[in-house]
Parts: sequence; C-alpha cells; structure tokens
Amino acid sequence: MSTARAIAPVSSAMPGEMVLDLRGLRTEFRGEGPPAVAVNDLSFTVRHGETLCIVGESGCGKSMTALSLLRLVPRPGGRIAAGTAMIGGRDLFTLSEPEMRAVRGGEIAMIFQEPMTSLNPVLTIGRQIAETVMVHENVPWSVCMERALAMLRAVRMPEPERRLHEYPHQLSGGMRQRVMIAMALACRPRLLLADEPTTALDVTIQAQILDLIRDLQEQTGTAVILITHDLGVVAEMADRVLVMYAGRKVEEAVVDELFDAPLHPYTRGLMAAMPHLGGVGAGRMRLAEIPGVVPALTDMPEGCPFAARCGRASAECRAAMPPLEERRPGHLVACWHSGESPDA
Amino acid sequence: MGPYILRRVLATIPVMGVVAVIVFLMLRLSPGDPAAILAGDQATMADIAAIRERLGLDQPLLHQFVVWVGELLTGDLGKSIYLNRPVTGLILERVEPTLALSISTMIFAILFAVPMGVVAAWRAGSWVDQTIMGLSVLAFSVPVFLIGYGLVIGFALRLDLLPVQGFVSLWDNPVGFARHLVLPTMTLGLVYMALLARITRATMLDVLNEDFIRTARAKGLAEPRVLILHALKNASVPIVTTIGLGIALLIGGVVVTESVFAIPGIGRLTIEAVLQRDYPVIQGVILAVAGVYVLVNLAIDLTYSALDPRIRF
Repeated sequence: MSTARAIAPVSSAMPGEMVLDLRGLRTEFRGEGPPAVAVNDLSFTVRHGETLCIVGESGCGKSMTALSLLRLVPRPGGRIAAGTAMIGGRDLFTLSEPEMRAVRGGEIAMIFQEPMTSLNPVLTIGRQIAETVMVHENVPWSVCMERALAMLRAVRMPEPERRLHEYPHQLSGGMRQRVMIAMALACRPRLLLADEPTTALDVTIQAQILDLIRDLQEQTGTAVILITHDLGVVAEMADRVLVMYAGRKVEEAVVDELFDAPLHPYTRGLMAAMPHLGGVGAGRMRLAEIPGVVPALTDMPEGCPFAARCGRASAECRAAMPPLEERRPGHLVACWHSGESPDA
Repeated sequence: MGPYILRRVLATIPVMGVVAVIVFLMLRLSPGDPAAILAGDQATMADIAAIRERLGLDQPLLHQFVVWVGELLTGDLGKSIYLNRPVTGLILERVEPTLALSISTMIFAILFAVPMGVVAAWRAGSWVDQTIMGLSVLAFSVPVFLIGYGLVIGFALRLDLLPVQGFVSLWDNPVGFARHLVLPTMTLGLVYMALLARITRATMLDVLNEDFIRTARAKGLAEPRVLILHALKNASVPIVTTIGLGIALLIGGVVVTESVFAIPGIGRLTIEAVLQRDYPVIQGVILAVAGVYVLVNLAIDLTYSALDPRIRF
C-alpha cells in the first residue's frame, strides 16, 4: 500500500512473541437464581502479529471474552470469577483500576460492532482520537491532534483534515468504523480486540475494513483477536481459529486445518450452514441449518452443551462434558466422537 | 442560524399578544370593582361613578383594550390606580430582590442537582442513589411555605445564624445581601433542585447505557471524564430544557417565598396589586414575567445547537 509505515510498529515486540496468555477465564452474571456462566474455563494464547478468530453463534460468549480482557464486563451482575490473563508479564485480572485504565486503549484496544452508536455524537472525531493519546501518553494537546490526523490518514480516511473537525453523524458507517480503528490503534496497542467490526456494514465496505485491519496489522505487528460469526471473514483473516459454544472452547486449530478437517460437529454445522457460490447444486440448494438454539446460560446441561442439537450425541455426551484433547498436532477439540469419521 | 434566530424572535410576538389578551380579559371579567375599592367605604354611588369615568373603566372593553395596547407599544405600562405612579417604575423598583432570588436559586439548584443526579445515575440502585432520590421526592412533595418556615425556625430562630426575613440591596451591603438571601434561596431552590436531580438522573441513566460510553471506557478514560465529558454533555439538552421549564415553577415559588420572607420584590408587588384590584400593575407584572419566560426559553432553544452538534437550524 501507498500508506506503508503510516504508523509506527508496536515497540519492543519480537515476531512470534507471546502477547496474551489467557488461562481458565470464567465470566459470570449473577442475578436472582443460579449464576449465568457467559465464559467457562476458556484458555488461549495470541502471539505478536497473529490473528486469532473467535467464532460462534450469538450468545456463545465471544463478546464477553473480549470485554473480560478489558475488565469491562457489564456491572452490576457481571464479574470475572476465575482465570489469569498474562500480558507483558502481568496478570490483567489482578491489576488495580488505575493500572487497568493504562492497559485499556494503551496495550489493549477494542473496536466494537456498531460504528453508528460507538462514537460519541457530541464530540468531534479529532477530539475523540486525540483524547486517547492524551490520557495514555501525557503529551500536549496539539501533539495529540497531530496524531489524530496521522491516524485518519493511516486508516485512509478521505479528506482527513476536514474530517478531524466533523462529528460522527456527518460520516458514513464505513468511515465511522475507520475512525474507531484509528482511535483503537492511536496508542500502538499490542493487542487489538475487534468485535464483529464488519457485521453492521455493507458487504463492499466490509472487505475494505478487513483489508485495512490486515494492512495496519502488517505495519504494526499488533496481535488481533477478531470476533465474528462469519466464516468468510475467518477464511480471509485468521491465522488460527477458536470455535466457542455456550461459553466454552469446543475446537481450536490453524485456519487451513480447521477448514480442511473440522472435528467438532458444531464446527461442521457452521460450515454446512455457510452458503457457497457455484458449488454442487448451486442455485436451489437448501443451506443446512443447525437445529435448535444455544442452551440458556443459567440452565446448562450436565454433559456436552451441544448434545441437544447434535446428530451424533450419545448417552456419554449427555452424561459428561468432553475434555479438550489434541486430536492432531495443534488441533484441539472437545467432543467424545471427534475420533470417528465425520460421515459415520 | 441567523434566519432561525430571527424567526424565533419574531415568533415571540404573537405569543406575547395572546398573553396580553388573556391578561386583559381575565382581570376585566373577574369580580371586584377597583373604583369601589379606591373610593372607600364612605363613598356614594356618584363618587364611584366619577372615579370609573376618570380611569376610563366606563368605556367598552374593546375600547379599553385598544387604549391599553396603544400605550404598551410606546413602552408605557400605564399608571397604578392606587399609587398613581407609572407601573414601569414600580416594577423596576422591585426587580432587584426578585432577580437576585431567582438567580441565586437557579445557581443553588443547578450546582447541587446536577452532580447529585449524575452520581445517582452512576451508582444506580445503590444506597447513594436511593438516598438522593428519596430526598428529592421529599423536597418535591413538601410545600414551599412549609420548607420556608422550617428553615426560619431552625437557622434563624433556634441557631440565630441568619436573618429571619427582609432584604438588603447588594449595593448597600453585600454581606447583608448574601445573608438575607440564603434561607429564601434554599426554600425556593429545594423543589427546583429535586426536579432537576431527577431529570438529570433519568437522562444520565439512558446515556450511560449507550455504546459510546463503553467505547470511552475501553479507551482507558477515567470515570470523571467519562461521566462529565462523554455522558453529561450528551444528557445536557433535556437537562437544560428542564432548567428552562423550571423557570415557570420558580415564578410561582417566588410569590410565595417573598411573602414568607417579607422580601419587597415582584411577587409581593403582585399580591398587593391583586388585593387592591390595581389592574395596570397586575397587567404590567404578568406581561413582564411572561416576557422574561419567553425570552429565557428562546435563549435555551438557541443553546441546543451549541450543546448538540446534530441540532442545526
């Protein structure tokens, strides 16, 4: 791209260095009755320059995972009940609130799903970007505004000088998401959490935004956790994929491996539910759907949470949660039947 | 923006015209004859008739109205029947205490109500929220005169900290001016404060649930900045609207408060004029007050675009 090196790379990071090591995350919501477990015993790692995609249906705990990493789980009610999240040699979950504020927007930044409502309508774009720089780097306001302008250029915003002084309602959805990205990357975070960043956008804009994220990631080496339910986005963006179901990790593998040989029936179901252009019987073929819905978080079954919707469920599945096992090198799956042939 | 302001200013003219017609008719059609009051107990029918003729009260209503409006347009609010002095002068004499009380009340109410509402919304459901909202229900429910006498008994009579009543001009004695204003301001301000705190809390609660608040927190901003810059600025339009509407409430309260504290302001002037059926004074006061109300709300409408860039005229 012509905008190469528009922004500086993340400092002091080596290629392949571990950025985040999350272990045993459990995020709960307490109300009346039993706690709802939104994220259950989730572990994963992300390395410098890597893109990890988290995939799953709505309500499977993807967004809560991201909010947990920023410790912004909705309160009152929500809390991180267990787990460690190591970043830069520190556990995020034991940091004080002021220390955590330095992490938010500094080391870890987030892009949200709804660009239309995620920007403050009464503050200018420039101010919203510059503000992030100000709270993290303690530099004069003029420097912050210069950085804001540089960031708008980096995200390929048309007429950046003018946009700097405009308000969100004067921008299109795609431009607003560019502003969100500019804001998120303004302080060169080591980790970028992108929660369905393209879901609310037109298809043509989606591709532009994904390209932008990938280009900026190549320039800066930021690790990206991309949350999506769109397997097309996964195929395009991911290095590694983590499939979540009902708050748990059910499968994890390198992207090619996952698409070539999905092991969990849920992953296979997601893939079968994806439309293909020009495939066999294209035109009038019915998409395969996964019957049923994700179980309520307050009413988790004893065994595998997917058992009720799974065509291969056996008594064993209903009795006990299958452990995560490495079926092939680097390919983890939690299914009692994952060793069997998929066509059985 | 310019044409919008002009249109809004022009739109106040018919409003004031309607106010003038209502004020005029309400007084003429209500029972009580100013000529009879002015003439006194011993007067004969002939005396009363002579006074009526002198004041023009024997003329048809339409004629009286036209004469009155004609004088209004030249800036003449007429002469007090009772005191035989120009109404404009009477109002100007009484304006300082009322203006001082109204402004100090607004400042007092806004200064307390907005932070209270913000904190209540921020900690919604907590004991802080419940305490603030409970107190505001109380303040809103107790009549102004009861609050006034309560404060007088407590702070002025028992503790002897502040004067019981009266008013001292700012130009004569600034300290005395402030001391005399404290109790009336609290009396009048509590209701206003309660209303404003509730509106602030409700609006802030909505705003705090918005996605952009989550964005602000995800950027690493500290809570005061999130609350004040990001949330309160978004909540400001409904709050400022309530401040404007509350001025109507304030005007009613001023009349009662001035009576309780024996403050020689517009409120007292109004009560005296009503009791004496002093038509020109009543008309003048109501018109002046309505004019202030219309102008304040015009000013508030015009601030919207400064508070929220999405509002453009």
